[in-house]
Amino acid sequence: MNVLIDYRPLWAVVISLVAAGLIMLSDKKPNLREAWTLIAAFGKMFIVFSMLPAVLSGQILVTEPLHVAKGISLYLKADPMAMIFAALASALWIVTSFYSIGYMRKLKEEHQTGYFASFAVCLAATMGIAFAGNLLTFFVFYEILTIATYPLVIHERDDEAIKSGRKYLAYTLIGGQLLLVGIIWVYVLTGGGDFQAGGFLAGKGSVTSLRIIFVLMMIGTGVKAAIMPLHGWLPAAMVAPTPVSALLHAVAVVKAGAFGILRIVGFVFGPELLKDLGVATALAWIAGFTIIVSSLIAIAQDNLKRRLAFSTIGQLSYVVLGAALLTPMGILGGMYHIVAHAFMKITLFFCAGAILATVHKHNISELNGIGRQMPFTMGAFAIGSLGITGLPFIVGFISKYNLALGALERGQGIFIAVLLASGLLSASYLLPIVYIAFFKKSEEFQEYKEANLCMLVPLVFTAAVSIILGIFPNAGAHFYDLATMAVKSIVTGNLLGGGW
Amino acid sequence: MREQYPALLIIVPLLTALVIPIIAYLVKRLVRWIAMGALIIANISAIGALMHVLNQGVWHYRFGNWMPPWGIEYVIDPLSAGMALLISFISLVVLIYSDVFLKEEGWLKIGMYHTLYLLLTVGLLGMVVTGDVFNFYVFLEISSLSAYGLIASGGSKAVVAAFRYLLIGTIGGSCYLLGVGYLYAITGTLNMGDLAVRVQPLMDSPAVIVAVSMILVGMGIKMALFPMHGWLPDSYTYAPPHAISFISGVMTKVAAYAMFRYFYFIFGAANETIAIVLQVIGAFAAIGIIVGSIMAIAQSDFRRMLAYSSIAQVSYIALGLAIGNMYGLIGAMFHILNHAIMKCCLFLIAGGIKWKTGEYKIAKFIEMSRKMPKTMGAFIIAALSMVGIPPTAGFFSKWYLVLGAIEKNMWIYVAAIVLSSLLNAIYFFRIIENAYLKKGQEDIVPASPKKPELPFSMLVPIIVLGIGILIIGIFNEPIVCQVMQYGLPGGGMR
Repeated sequence: MNVLIDYRPLWAVVISLVAAGLIMLSDKKPNLREAWTLIAAFGKMFIVFSMLPAVLSGQILVTEPLHVAKGISLYLKADPMAMIFAALASALWIVTSFYSIGYMRKLKEEHQTGYFASFAVCLAATMGIAFAGNLLTFFVFYEILTIATYPLVIHERDDEAIKSGRKYLAYTLIGGQLLLVGIIWVYVLTGGGDFQAGGFLAGKGSVTSLRIIFVLMMIGTGVKAAIMPLHGWLPAAMVAPTPVSALLHAVAVVKAGAFGILRIVGFVFGPELLKDLGVATALAWIAGFTIIVSSLIAIAQDNLKRRLAFSTIGQLSYVVLGAALLTPMGILGGMYHIVAHAFMKITLFFCAGAILATVHKHNISELNGIGRQMPFTMGAFAIGSLGITGLPFIVGFISKYNLALGALERGQGIFIAVLLASGLLSASYLLPIVYIAFFKKSEEFQEYKEANLCMLVPLVFTAAVSIILGIFPNAGAHFYDLATMAVKSIVTGNLLGGGW
Repeated sequence: MREQYPALLIIVPLLTALVIPIIAYLVKRLVRWIAMGALIIANISAIGALMHVLNQGVWHYRFGNWMPPWGIEYVIDPLSAGMALLISFISLVVLIYSDVFLKEEGWLKIGMYHTLYLLLTVGLLGMVVTGDVFNFYVFLEISSLSAYGLIASGGSKAVVAAFRYLLIGTIGGSCYLLGVGYLYAITGTLNMGDLAVRVQPLMDSPAVIVAVSMILVGMGIKMALFPMHGWLPDSYTYAPPHAISFISGVMTKVAAYAMFRYFYFIFGAANETIAIVLQVIGAFAAIGIIVGSIMAIAQSDFRRMLAYSSIAQVSYIALGLAIGNMYGLIGAMFHILNHAIMKCCLFLIAGGIKWKTGEYKIAKFIEMSRKMPKTMGAFIIAALSMVGIPPTAGFFSKWYLVLGAIEKNMWIYVAAIVLSSLLNAIYFFRIIENAYLKKGQEDIVPASPKKPELPFSMLVPIIVLGIGILIIGIFNEPIVCQVMQYGLPGGGMR
């Protein structure tokens, strides 16, 4: 493993911050404004993917540290695990940008400038979280993401949005403060917080203090990852426009939490130490509980976006479960599920948004026969749904399979039962939608046609990618290889993680 | 000239203050520029003094070459030079801002305002650079008396508030003077360095303990440490916006700085008496943080909310002193800087909103974001900094304080800081909700290049301080490692 000084991770962050500024300046010219979004999206993806060959060949790209305060510095680092999240988010930003433009213009939403600018800042923060080289850098971008998402949650500016915004801030700010205490505690114990494959806390503090730190950090990141009972903000935040729910509440924000959990388990504590501390088992049980209960709640929801929100809560806990199993296959499965769930759930949200923008229906019970008028949309929805249930040849199967292997490795067969039950439950809350859309007859939607191309192309694309990745898990960004490399480094601890 | 910086720092604004009423009578328009010139010279002297001490170490400036302990000595170390720079900078920024409020007034009011304003600046500057405990009292009274006058100029309610402040403040000043009297009686010296040598062996004596308590109460009142904060909310609410921006920015901090000087340099934190005093301060500060934040949530007037928030924020500084290890002290010093800039910025914004719309009530801030987009942009930065969101300056003071508290296993302090930032979030996001989210009834004329939201002289200070918050946040490392650290007891060595 070589460590190289390279500023590309920084540029990946900066490009969308610059774009946010330009978007604000082009308030009066919508076409120019959207051009900035697209230029930044393509530029970001180009920068991120240009780092792939180097990272895949075993190099780690690190920026020079910026000393921000006494004894601590901010720096960015592109290692395999960072690349998974960065490549995923940057690729999906392009897709979502097209979709957003179609959706926002179709619905003639207000405050579009603020919307696109906040979106760009969110993506900058997401890149920062992905590439963060130490705990402080992670926290700085984590909080920026919290704040930048707030304008998106309250986008509609009505009472419900304000209420949801308060709820969102209450959860995430409290979580952030607890995470901060945990992080500072780690600094006090070790004098630094550089992510190091395999962890760096072993032997640095008493068992009790390490356990408390773990709990603080899990609450802090678990709020964003919507582990029960910290999930309350996520369904409330569904008042945001659908593209926000799609990219942020299915990919960037919630995955930042899940990614943080994986980072902390793999690169701060390390699986070996956590096995000694015995706290991860509790986390695994909470994750299992979340998976089952959220699925049960999802069944009872009639609002399509709310149902998808609860489904998201359950699926995020797959990642948490993978991390908490502490076995190579478990962590691998968790990491890959970040990718898998992203493509499947963004497809489902895109479909929900397309339905909303085209026929203005929120509720599942009103969707009888819509599949005949919108066959592509509902076809993509079917693919996404089947993927969530874990059908082979769709990407969700790969991560589930690895998670099951991980559970066996740990000797915790019970979690396989959880995974199976969750598969069945998700089939029972997603497939009926497909059924009523295609097979129930209704005259209601005769005058409507498919969603416009700006929305249709992205959702067909993400559905197609879900299938392609299901058959070739390494297609495109080599997600599977990256995950394998990251897991290997955690297990052997030989990745030069410290750096500075 | 160069070796006279400490004298210039004080004498130029002082003499200017005295001639200003005459100038005001002759040429009204000139007053502002002369005051500005004096403050610019003070700024240059402060920068020069800071450079000098950073290069050559602590600077003992003796007036008229009288040697201490007979003569008066100014002692300038990185910390006092830094404080002097902060005071003169904020003073200059607020002076630029105040133009709009004073333009229409008569010569007497303009002259008096500028005289008092410069005297206040001189008093505060003198308090930080002097090395003599009685000279400190003189400057304390200069600054306090001019502050009463400035606050009273805000109208009839302000007069009552100022009178109340005068009563309580005089008690504080007298307590301090009594404390100094005891110390003089015991040691026979007024020079701080000399005092430190002579008083430290006598720390067990009851007379010294009385002196310590007197100074604690005196400075506690001046810095509005809970439960001695009663004078602050009314004074801050009814004072004229331009005066209070300066007073809120630095005045309480200078008292906090004095406490730091006394407890860590003169008495020495190592002995038992001071350790107990610091524990008491810590307990008051922790309660003050919570009480101040909760009271701030309960306010419907923007200025009053900021006033209670000041009580909470000053307690952060006291908390840092109580923590007392390197990171705690850095946090306290850094928060003096941060809070001066943040709170000054927020009061300037409050004044700007009042000037534009005539409103102080938070409920009337609806759609303010469209009326005054740039001002509200600065408000968001300042608010996020008060909450402590990275990478703003406020985050880093919180970082140092929590780091220090965890290092010394002071978990209650950690809890108080964390809880307070969440409470801050409640009252600041309430304003953001009003200004950005709620829709008003009337039609708004958005600000445009032709019809700016505020006059240039008001907008520039607000924006400069707003950007300053971000800059201090991201580049706090040089400030902490190259200035503040050398100002700590023992030069920052652990």
